Amino acid sequence: MTAQEFKEIFYNGVWKQNTGVVQLLGLCPILAVSSSVVNAVSLGLATALVMALSGATIAPIRNLVPNEARIPVFILIIAVLVTVVQYSMNAYMYGLYVVLGIFIPLIVTNCIVLARIEAFASKNPALQSAVDGLAMGLGLTAVLAVLGGIREVFGHGTLLSGIDLVFGEAAKSWVITVVPNYHGFLLAILPPGAFITLGMLIAGKNWLNLRAEQKAKVVATMTPSSQAA
Amino acid sequence: MAKASLHTALNLLFFAVIGTAILAITYQLTHEPIARSEEMEKLKLVSQIAPAEIYDNDIIKDSAELAADKLLGNDDTSVAYIGRLKGEPSIAVLQVIASDGYSGKIRLIVSVRSDGRIGGVRVISHKETPGLGDYIEIAKNKWITVFNGTSLDSIKDSGWKVKKDGGSFDYMAGATITPRAVVKAVHKALQYFAQHREELFKQRPPAKAEAVTSEGVKK
Repeated sequence: MTAQEFKEIFYNGVWKQNTGVVQLLGLCPILAVSSSVVNAVSLGLATALVMALSGATIAPIRNLVPNEARIPVFILIIAVLVTVVQYSMNAYMYGLYVVLGIFIPLIVTNCIVLARIEAFASKNPALQSAVDGLAMGLGLTAVLAVLGGIREVFGHGTLLSGIDLVFGEAAKSWVITVVPNYHGFLLAILPPGAFITLGMLIAGKNWLNLRAEQKAKVVATMTPSSQAA
Repeated sequence: MAKASLHTALNLLFFAVIGTAILAITYQLTHEPIARSEEMEKLKLVSQIAPAEIYDNDIIKDSAELAADKLLGNDDTSVAYIGRLKGEPSIAVLQVIASDGYSGKIRLIVSVRSDGRIGGVRVISHKETPGLGDYIEIAKNKWITVFNGTSLDSIKDSGWKVKKDGGSFDYMAGATITPRAVVKAVHKALQYFAQHREELFKQRPPAKAEAVTSEGVKK
């Protein structure tokens, strides 16, 4: 795999085809766990891990699987990987496991995982597929982190609350109180807040794209006229 | 055609067997750490409402399985933990459910000392509105400690209500349904304790397995 190829896959996964704000796939967990940064990033990373692993596992065996049996086999493999991740979290990050709860096993049904397997890993070599899964997962994590950050600041006036669930009791002091004595803003914590914030993020990304396009157009029209002059 | 189907079926079987093997290995590797962290979690919760100096036994292992009961609010068996000091029963930790909260079930643990006073109450899980009804969580507010030290003797039956309903328990503006449900559930837990005291505190054969001691958690 060349560096150029690597860069392209990464750019595609994290920005151009971002699962959270472009493809809009797998929204259920996005909206449910993005009420705080720690929850959001944790589930995002768990999903990224599953996506990278499933890409790496499925790509090398893609030619062994008969076409008509591929969906059940892919789902089976994804389910095995998710269960392995779930057991490990249950054993070594118990607090976080309890908070994320049902959303860990539900990664199996997150359509973005199967979608990338179908669209990418079933047609490409293992390394590329793993990178694609990781990039897509990290793109999702980035959106989740921003969403979680915005909702947490508006909803609770804090950032990184619950970080002790990941790094142990000592991490309690890492929590940042953005607004002291904040009374909370219910809408930001409840699901509608997630929809509204996500909508703004999508609008923001479209605006950036549009601006980049216009800049490109301006440059394109400028060049011939300057040549004429 | 038949051959192709057979091939597909065998292929599926092959992957199913491999998948199962991987899961079996993962389970073998993780089930002990999982059991340990679950026990630690329980002990951490129990130690909040049962002060370590009033029991010296392995409280998580000294458990009684209780049949479903209206006073506990559950419709399945639940587990109670019994603390003993020098062999004498000193505290019982009950799991109760309040079903009449604002939304969904509120799961609580209530500890009752042998003299009938409450050691403490904690919410294990709830679906009350964030920012309104969630002050029943110790992480959000100290409200839940109003029960500490209360008993059926110190507050008579008519007092087991929030102040708005003429009882003796404070509540916070904005959400009365939630504390009302919690007060009721705690009251019922005390009644359950009073009725089943003997059964809860009877001696049980000591569990064989070594478990995490309360000392280990305190550190």
